[in-house]
Amino acid sequence: MLYSEKVMDHFQNPRNVGKMDDADGVGEVGNAKCGDIMRMYIKVDKDTQIISDVKFNTFGCGSAIATSSMATEMIKGKPVTDALTLSNKAVVEALDGLPAHKLHCSVLAEQAVKAAVKDYYDKNGITYGKELNICDHDCEHCAGE
Amino acid sequence: MRVYADNAATTAVSNAAVAAMLPCFQDFYGNPSSLHTIGQRAAEKLSVARQIFAQRLNCDPSEITFTSGGSEADNQALRSAAAAGAKKGKKHIISTEFEHHAILHTLERLEKEGFEITLLKIPKSGVISPEQVREALRPDTCLVSIMFANNEIGTIQPIPEIGRLCRGAGVPFHTDAVQAAGHLPIDVRNMDIDLLSLSAHKFHGPKGVGVLYARKGCVPLVNVIYGGAQERGKRAGTENIPGIVGSAAAFDEACANMEKNAVKMTALRDKLIDGLTGIPHSILNGERERRLPGNVNLCFEGIEGESLLLLLDQEGVCASSGSACTSGSLDPSHVLLALGLPHEVAHGSLRLSLSEYNTEEEIDHILAVTPGIVEYLRNISPVWDELEHGQRKHII
Repeated sequence: MLYSEKVMDHFQNPRNVGKMDDADGVGEVGNAKCGDIMRMYIKVDKDTQIISDVKFNTFGCGSAIATSSMATEMIKGKPVTDALTLSNKAVVEALDGLPAHKLHCSVLAEQAVKAAVKDYYDKNGITYGKELNICDHDCEHCAGE
Repeated sequence: MRVYADNAATTAVSNAAVAAMLPCFQDFYGNPSSLHTIGQRAAEKLSVARQIFAQRLNCDPSEITFTSGGSEADNQALRSAAAAGAKKGKKHIISTEFEHHAILHTLERLEKEGFEITLLKIPKSGVISPEQVREALRPDTCLVSIMFANNEIGTIQPIPEIGRLCRGAGVPFHTDAVQAAGHLPIDVRNMDIDLLSLSAHKFHGPKGVGVLYARKGCVPLVNVIYGGAQERGKRAGTENIPGIVGSAAAFDEACANMEKNAVKMTALRDKLIDGLTGIPHSILNGERERRLPGNVNLCFEGIEGESLLLLLDQEGVCASSGSACTSGSLDPSHVLLALGLPHEVAHGSLRLSLSEYNTEEEIDHILAVTPGIVEYLRNISPVWDELEHGQRKHII
């Protein structure tokens, strides 16, 4: 089997899939040309700074859909600052691993979360450090393979 | 229900091939190069197998070289023609953008070695015209290599016309017939083919056996593998007797039943095409008419091919997004890009390749499960969302 059971589960039964019309932050990474696009929506409780809801839409392979789904589960109900520390490695571990040539999907998931938080910060005038400067090197992960 | 619809990747070995192979393991186990009785029995088996291929392709047995597969045959054909050309100071090769990588990567290597390569563009139809070849021919052209039928989109090339043209121009003509052999009539004499590669596992033969036909007096073969004097010294290594014997049995059977199989597969193929192109924003890649009897290749807008394959597999359908040889790559199919499809559409490809073993019930099963899977993936896809809300233009 190419993928772990967990990857297949999240691929076939993705959590938090769909659009969010009243999102506080929306992040989109990747592009259709390289075959992966992830769009992440977050809803943030203004008082507690906790991510109260997350949704995603993904165009891509099985692992792209599974990593998006897992990433949403890992940040839902957590403080925004926690979402910022979510690493692609943690997503991969939570999915019981990914094939080497699919690791870039987990990087995209991490970046999609960061992009959504950045959008939320921008919209609310919250300042942030350069750790949130999301590289827009479009196809680097694809091109690097 | 499990439906195997990836016959362009490989096929199940036929009963006839297995029956022919089995005695070769324990009865005819000799080395055909050995002088003793046991060895000579194996040599006889080898000789009969060679005659079968020669007869079915309409050539002389001495023009048949057994290799480890289609890729080796392609490598040797190109290397041989290049070496012959270089001797005469001719270092230009014509091929096409949508060849198999066994051709394209060998050509890339030859380019590094000083050859000039012209890759013909692929028209939307997926069928090269002889005119394109004529225009590309130069006085220093030492080889034209055009595949018989494409491995991803199944389009059949005008091989006899290109053969006649090349023969007239005095340029050796090679065709990679890996997808065509055993499925389409091939007559190397009447089609003016100088070099031809085929692979046994694409027509219910075993894996690991290929054939290189090389017309006598045209291009002298150069070795890719050096060693003993097997295959008239042109391909070293003890012959794979079980494999070769099984391949000959499979080829004989495939050629004998070709018409019957084609009628059956074409009907199944057309039913699949009609059903699947009914899914909105889907397109059949390559012309429908000049097409291998078992090939269906479509793109569905807004989704990505791998996720489609995984879900089809969950429903028991074994398919591919293109060539199995490139499935490790993240790039979309070079064949679909050569057809002019944009990257985002080329990512959403599905190839279903049938054999005569497929049944109508299996086709019905594919038609029953595919639309729901496409819809499921489109509902997850942000690209589809944009397409549906007019933020992105539908291309197909």
